[in-house]
Amino acid sequence: MIAGRTPIASRTLEAAGAWLLAILWVLPLLYAFWAAFHHSANAARFDPLSPLTLDNLAAAWNAAPFARYMLNTTLLCLTVVVAQFVLCTLAAFAFARMDFWGRDTLFAIMLLQLMIMPDVLLVANYRTMSLLGLVDSILAIALPYLGSAFGIFLLRQTFRTVPQELDDAARLEGCGLLARLWRVYVPLAKPTYIAYGLVAVSYHWNNFLWPLVITNSVNTRPLTVGLSIFASTDQGIDWSIICAATLMSSAPLLIAFLLFQRQFVQSFMRAGIR
Amino acid sequence: MALNRATIQGWLLVLPAFVLLVAFTHWPALTTLVDSFYSTPRGARAAVFVGLDNYIALLDDPVFLQALINNAIYAAATIPISIVLALAMALLVNGALPGRPFLRMAYFLPTMLPMIAVANIWLFFFTPDYGLFDQVLSLFGAGRHNWLGDADTALGAMIAVAVWKEAGFFMIFYLAALQTMPADLREAAALEGSSRFNFFRRVTLPLLMPTTLFVLVNAVINGFRLVDHVVVMTRGGPDNATTLLLYYIYETGFRFWDTATAAALTVVLLTILAATAAIQFGFLAKRVHYR
Repeated sequence: MIAGRTPIASRTLEAAGAWLLAILWVLPLLYAFWAAFHHSANAARFDPLSPLTLDNLAAAWNAAPFARYMLNTTLLCLTVVVAQFVLCTLAAFAFARMDFWGRDTLFAIMLLQLMIMPDVLLVANYRTMSLLGLVDSILAIALPYLGSAFGIFLLRQTFRTVPQELDDAARLEGCGLLARLWRVYVPLAKPTYIAYGLVAVSYHWNNFLWPLVITNSVNTRPLTVGLSIFASTDQGIDWSIICAATLMSSAPLLIAFLLFQRQFVQSFMRAGIR
Repeated sequence: MALNRATIQGWLLVLPAFVLLVAFTHWPALTTLVDSFYSTPRGARAAVFVGLDNYIALLDDPVFLQALINNAIYAAATIPISIVLALAMALLVNGALPGRPFLRMAYFLPTMLPMIAVANIWLFFFTPDYGLFDQVLSLFGAGRHNWLGDADTALGAMIAVAVWKEAGFFMIFYLAALQTMPADLREAAALEGSSRFNFFRRVTLPLLMPTTLFVLVNAVINGFRLVDHVVVMTRGGPDNATTLLLYYIYETGFRFWDTATAAALTVVLLTILAATAAIQFGFLAKRVHYR
């Protein structure tokens, strides 16, 4: 092994660099924890003995309808993930295992979306939503993302690795097209679904600009938009309360990530997103 | 055209996703292009065809030119820095360092946090006097600095936040690629007495080229898409020093309601994205070694 032959000094240096970088990378979150659980007078003074408090969390929770925002974000993520799974699975299967007229042209047109994402087309999509009468609805936040080229591409790559013999066997047993898809392809693509689901949830939990544009009421705003309004208008510079609100809005995703960290990283890798 | 069973089935399966995809990506891109040749409809006055007037007006718009320069600097800095850092992180985490799981978690953490939320925390870090940076720097005798209020440092601050947010995400892709690399390559190189640096340059780096291409595509897109922190931290200021293209589109379209100018701006952004895509796939794909 090469690692074994490396001088101790350079390995120590490497470890020190790695740790320094890691500490730098978690610093913002550490600070958010510090400020959220200390009185605002001590938020910027790092005295380890200053008293802890839950007042900031309570103040932030009461100052804005965070429960509603959280519900909106949850509904948004559910809508996006369920719809994307269904739509992308059907399309990916056709692209991966069927031979039909126009397939390659359709696929090429679709892949253009990898470069031109809906995020850039704010103004035109806003107009479409107002024509459809959907402005200020959770559906309007989700709609531009439901047909996902990335999802279709990813699932197509996975479906292509499914052994054709399994498909043939299912066909011999009299399974129709959708039954084969459901019994053979979907179960074998489970790691891809997990990885893609996690990516989709984290993307839409954190998405900001489009929801900011398309929503204008408490009943539709996701957490990110709610948080930005809360931080810019109500609080001025009370860092403790802002940090408390920040933690609250990141907490569900953060906890899920810390709990399933291994699965997350592993499924990411196994899905072969490269 | 053979309208057989397979064709009907294939189209039926693809159509739902395809219609949605075209309706909110390709169609708006086309209507934006058309809109950019018309004036903004105001009240009773309908939009009239103005040819290239919107584009000519852009050339005289100092904010647009500033946004273009800012975005070029922003992209030119965030793309290479985040990719190099991502590669370094992946190599570190792939080795046998103490506390590897923690390191990996730490690097990846920013990916899971909403940009809008961490922007608030970074806002505090950059605050003059009692912000974290000024507190640390004052230990070394440096005076107060208004990081976000000074046109010379504000864009740098935006770049730092973007790199922090992105590097860990790209690391995952490099890590995935590194873990599929055969171990015997390493052993063979060790037998030949090749140094670690040489091994990295001659073997690891070329094998990582497909990953680098994938990461690069994403980094370029983010170099133009990632403006959330600008909205929270500077609103394009001071004096447009942090106005990026997409942020300027948002401002023009939804704060000044000048849809014609916003359309022309969007076309500029789409052209940049398409051109970089063409360059990446045409030029770089030739140098990628696929097995």
